[in-house]
Amino acid sequence: MTIKNWFSHHHEDNVQEDALVPKHYWNSYLVGIGLGITLMLTFVIMGRGLGASGAMSTVVAVTVDEVAPNHTENNEFYKAYLGDGTESPFKDWLVFEVLGVLFGGFISGAIAGRNKFMVEKGPNITKRKRFLFAFVGGSLMGFGAKMARGCTSGQGLSGAGMLSVGGWAFMLAVFIGAYATAYFVRRQWI
Amino acid sequence: MIAPFYKFGMFNSEVSLIVAFVIGISFGFFLERGGFGSGRLLAAQFYFTDMRVFKVMFTAMITNMIGIYYLAYLGVLDLSLVYYGYTFLSADILGGLILGVGFVVGGYCPGTSGVALVTGKIDAIFYTMGGFFGIFVYGEVYPLIKGFVNSSYMGLINIPQLLNVNYGFILFVVILIAIAGFTAVEWGENFMAKKRSEV
Repeated sequence: MTIKNWFSHHHEDNVQEDALVPKHYWNSYLVGIGLGITLMLTFVIMGRGLGASGAMSTVVAVTVDEVAPNHTENNEFYKAYLGDGTESPFKDWLVFEVLGVLFGGFISGAIAGRNKFMVEKGPNITKRKRFLFAFVGGSLMGFGAKMARGCTSGQGLSGAGMLSVGGWAFMLAVFIGAYATAYFVRRQWI
Repeated sequence: MIAPFYKFGMFNSEVSLIVAFVIGISFGFFLERGGFGSGRLLAAQFYFTDMRVFKVMFTAMITNMIGIYYLAYLGVLDLSLVYYGYTFLSADILGGLILGVGFVVGGYCPGTSGVALVTGKIDAIFYTMGGFFGIFVYGEVYPLIKGFVNSSYMGLINIPQLLNVNYGFILFVVILIAIAGFTAVEWGENFMAKKRSEV
């Protein structure tokens, strides 16, 4: 494989709207090395790994706290994300990291000309059904990520990337859960 | 030993937030570069038509493992100060299973949904709303399930410690598994591509 392949542009990729086509993306192994170095630097600089779902939890905990402060007071899960009250819960490492993720993703998409409004789905499902699936899937993901104390970034990439026992158990479970379900939702994707 | 820099007090928590933002940019950039902003490409992993999730994640994990191993070996990084998540085995497995189902139903995971959102994927809006809802539900049922989720606690433990073998040896085995895995998925992708072109 040559360097040129890593940045190759396949113009014919865009011809078929419904076909599953990787458009101008970088080679997966190159991206993996880039992500791996990012992860390694995070451990070396901060002594901790990457994350994503933790920032979402902060948003949920703050919202619930705004609506019903007495309710969060008695709940250890919410309290963990609210801090001791001396500082804003949003002054949090993961919150800033996720803001960076949003910015970095946007920049990359903008450079590649990939930022456009669209719905990610297969040709055999309506948009409304896809939105419903997305909501249900997101809910399961949120619930599962909290139970496992991390998502594919925190427990998976970062935990398993440090050979964590829980991280590997988690990753295997993710793939088992997804492969076991794939057949039943195939109309959404293929 | 000089690393982790933050734990050795080289900068304060205010600066760490700037570091977080910059690291996040790199994370988000590479996710988008790899096609992780596309729910269809991510879900294709589970139909064996596009194995980029496996390739990218495994490559990233191995790159990190090798780097961390060498920096610890050279005495630059104090591994005892690196936090990578406590193991609660039962909750990790059940949470992972639920998350895996959510992955193929929803098309994203929390990090990739963020990238999908900012690159204009409308389904990612619904996914993210679902994510908030799922976390809220978890928060509400937490008092009822906290016995389970706090069971089988094993502390901060990695596979070399569990098996009581050398870190380098496990690293070597994981690299061999990865090479076998990459070879298999490259073959599999070609096989599936041929199969589709015949239909």
